[in-house]
Amino acid sequence: MSCVRKMTREETENRADDMMIDVPKPKIENPDEFNVHYLRIYYGNLFPYTDIHKWLSYGHDGKHPGCDEFYFGRREFSFTLENDVYLRYKSFKNASAMGDAIKGNFPYKIDIGAVYSVDPDKRHAYAQSGTNVFTPVERELVFDIDITDYDDVRYCCSGADVCSKCWPLMTVAIKVIDTSLREDFGFKHILWVFSGRRGVHCWVCDAKARRLTNEQRSAVAEYFRVYKGNENNARKVALMGYSLHPFLARSYVDFLKDFFEGELQATQSIFSSKEKYEKILEMISDEDIQSELRDKWENSARSSLSEEATSRTRWEQLKNTLHSKKQKAPTLRMCVEEIVFTFTYPRIDLEVSKQMNHLLKAPFCVHPKTGRVCVPIDPNNCDEFDLLAVPTLSQLIEEINSGGSKMDVDEDDSERSLLGKSIKFFRSSFLEPLLKSCKEEIESSYKTKIGKSKDSFSW
Amino acid sequence: MEVIRSQKRTFSNDIVSSPTIPLYLTAPPMEVRLEEFELFAIDRLRVLKGVSDGLARGKNPKEMDDLVDSLWKEHMRHSDVSEMFNKDIISHFVLRLVYCRSDELKKWFLSMETALFRHRFRLQNLEIQRAIVGEFGLPYKAVTGAELESLKERLGQVVRSLGQISPTIESVYYKVPFEEVPDLVAGRRVFIQKGYAFVAGSQLVSLVVTQFRSHISKALILTNRKWTTTIREREKDRLTPIVEGLSTSYLGPDYSQSSEYADISLKDIDQVSKSSFPLCMRHLFEKLREDHHLKHGGRMQLGLFLKGVGLKLDDALAFWRAEFTKKVGSERFDKEYAYSIRHNYGKEGKRTDYTPYACQKIISSAPGVGDHHGCPYRHFSEDNLRAALGRMGLSSRGMEDVMDKVRNKHYQLACTLTFEAIYGTSCDAGINHPNQYFEESQKILKSNAPTAPV
Repeated sequence: MSCVRKMTREETENRADDMMIDVPKPKIENPDEFNVHYLRIYYGNLFPYTDIHKWLSYGHDGKHPGCDEFYFGRREFSFTLENDVYLRYKSFKNASAMGDAIKGNFPYKIDIGAVYSVDPDKRHAYAQSGTNVFTPVERELVFDIDITDYDDVRYCCSGADVCSKCWPLMTVAIKVIDTSLREDFGFKHILWVFSGRRGVHCWVCDAKARRLTNEQRSAVAEYFRVYKGNENNARKVALMGYSLHPFLARSYVDFLKDFFEGELQATQSIFSSKEKYEKILEMISDEDIQSELRDKWENSARSSLSEEATSRTRWEQLKNTLHSKKQKAPTLRMCVEEIVFTFTYPRIDLEVSKQMNHLLKAPFCVHPKTGRVCVPIDPNNCDEFDLLAVPTLSQLIEEINSGGSKMDVDEDDSERSLLGKSIKFFRSSFLEPLLKSCKEEIESSYKTKIGKSKDSFSW
Repeated sequence: MEVIRSQKRTFSNDIVSSPTIPLYLTAPPMEVRLEEFELFAIDRLRVLKGVSDGLARGKNPKEMDDLVDSLWKEHMRHSDVSEMFNKDIISHFVLRLVYCRSDELKKWFLSMETALFRHRFRLQNLEIQRAIVGEFGLPYKAVTGAELESLKERLGQVVRSLGQISPTIESVYYKVPFEEVPDLVAGRRVFIQKGYAFVAGSQLVSLVVTQFRSHISKALILTNRKWTTTIREREKDRLTPIVEGLSTSYLGPDYSQSSEYADISLKDIDQVSKSSFPLCMRHLFEKLREDHHLKHGGRMQLGLFLKGVGLKLDDALAFWRAEFTKKVGSERFDKEYAYSIRHNYGKEGKRTDYTPYACQKIISSAPGVGDHHGCPYRHFSEDNLRAALGRMGLSSRGMEDVMDKVRNKHYQLACTLTFEAIYGTSCDAGINHPNQYFEESQKILKSNAPTAPV
């Protein structure tokens, strides 16, 4: 650890004093948290190579005769180095080869791609044979949700900024998607990861999910799509029909409605000003109702109520007005739900999910802009996830320096180290059940294969 | 399948007794005449292109049924059922060869054959549908009793979410792994629970189509292997040129001879360029006037188009010379550029009378730095395209419709919508050729104002 060069506390604080005049608001971005030296130390001491290797081997690193020992080696990795140098189609035959490459290159970002039919590193050799054998054969079903896509419905931050007021939009997204992946699609091995800055990634790792074709991936992605509109269309969500699909109905009743009326109103007060409520009035495709509500709200503009209370009152008024219009046009039938969905329904970047060969950042990377580690998020306790409490590189380095962290997180006291808790969660909640079912699957498909070849002998 | 030159053709009788939609599982043991090899394929290609246009125009399933029905009758029907059946099979297998040769071709063929199959299936009566389902041997069990009862409410919800007021559910539902009915999942048209989709009897088509698609998809890979390893070389003097020509063939009129609406002279050309040129040609034309130069791709695309609209060789030479000499001088023009203009008109070199480019060719071109040719709907940035459409006089409403098609990569439809917006009339055939755009536009302008100068 002799080469650790870290800014001292004092230096950091002095700099902060110079710059901050206002009361500092905790910020997700923190450029001081990240630099190449820290990163070297992180990759040298903390990055969980063995766990990542175990995960991506899906049981094929075992001794069972049904194991495919080349499975991990056909997985594509890509590195983004300092200065945006981008290396694609890297592959490693085992955990130590992966570790050496990462420690040698200390990539700013590691992406995980698909498992290919042949070793991605040797794809050119195969390409010369003329037939197109280099093709993706397996890939986790992945989802990518970014807070940047919510800019029109949050008033605390915009762009890549995110705070504890708008983060709950991510939390509700996790709940909606996670529930559907389990209840509707029957998936069990799902990993949610903080993307390090402004969103979350989801990895569905069940064998069935990994083998979905692009068309089937698209189908799942489309199942989750409710946004049809665009920048030039106020009514971004159009819910047709006389009822919500059971999936949407459950999402609405179990998560979205309460979130909209509770937390979202509390943090964003989405009806509190004219600028805000006009956006919502535009979603009502009936000009009479629009102007009725507008009149009411313009007159009540000077009330003594708090922003939040005003916002809540107006929402109730809107619901009552829409409810009282008995001659509902088809476009008004679902208007209340449409507004709720527009503000709260997960906005997934669906293109990422549709293609097998799409890359996604590996868990436990460190985001260069925030210095924060991409730690797993527990979907069952995602309300408690605090993005400002996610360990940063400098915190981790400090911990190492002060001797507070054992290099080996297998120790019993790993719970106490900053990263240890995340790694432990990764192992116990995700990796162990996953590997158990992988083993069962390898065993059973091996038996079938043996059975089949016996049959063919008896012919 | 044997391709022969003789007039005779033999086929086995048992084909006739099969259902009316073949599944194309194996190539039939029959002999095919060389002429039919190509003609049948072209007829089927017309059907597939019609399907493609229909889908791109966003026709609903019912409209697609009607479209497929009429396309089939127009191009594939034969008074003799067995003849028609043979033509169906032969044409499919020929096109399989044609379209197995690249991923892009495969993808298009797979989508269109699947759509064709879907709508042909929907047009059959229940009995034939059941027979086809039987032929695939689908292993799904119907959901009954207590299980069905427990799902009733949510199945009803799905029915209502699809726009039916009453939540009456169908009598038969099949429990199917969700990944086997991707289109029903994508449209949220089924209830899904723990990995299983509950597919109504009337949605069976989706299951069958998935099977069909996966079969054709696998078959195309095998065909590709055979093509690259043996057929291409073995047939290089006979079938290979036909096969290679078919995928790029453009099936409409080629506009090599100017028609009655296409006869412009030099003095009209500026005005006509504004009133009747499609955006791609208008852009090239304006750039030529502005820069007094166009690179090779642009000269070809615009030059042949102008030939198609009736610009005579002498006028063409004068037209290009007038612009180019402002930049390169007349000596260099005569030396470097005049030849290729005469060449385009078949007066030099091989003396082939070259035909104007169709949309397909223009869309698939790859303009580089300094190039202005290509299809603006495909090659322009969104901002530039919007600006250009604004100059053509499109309203913001019309603009959004066009941009929507562009985003979905339906460039010809985007052009068609532009045409419809500008001339205020529908263009059912769709725009497939810049010269067709020009002629349709002239027809409209001349009929609206018979006395006004065009």
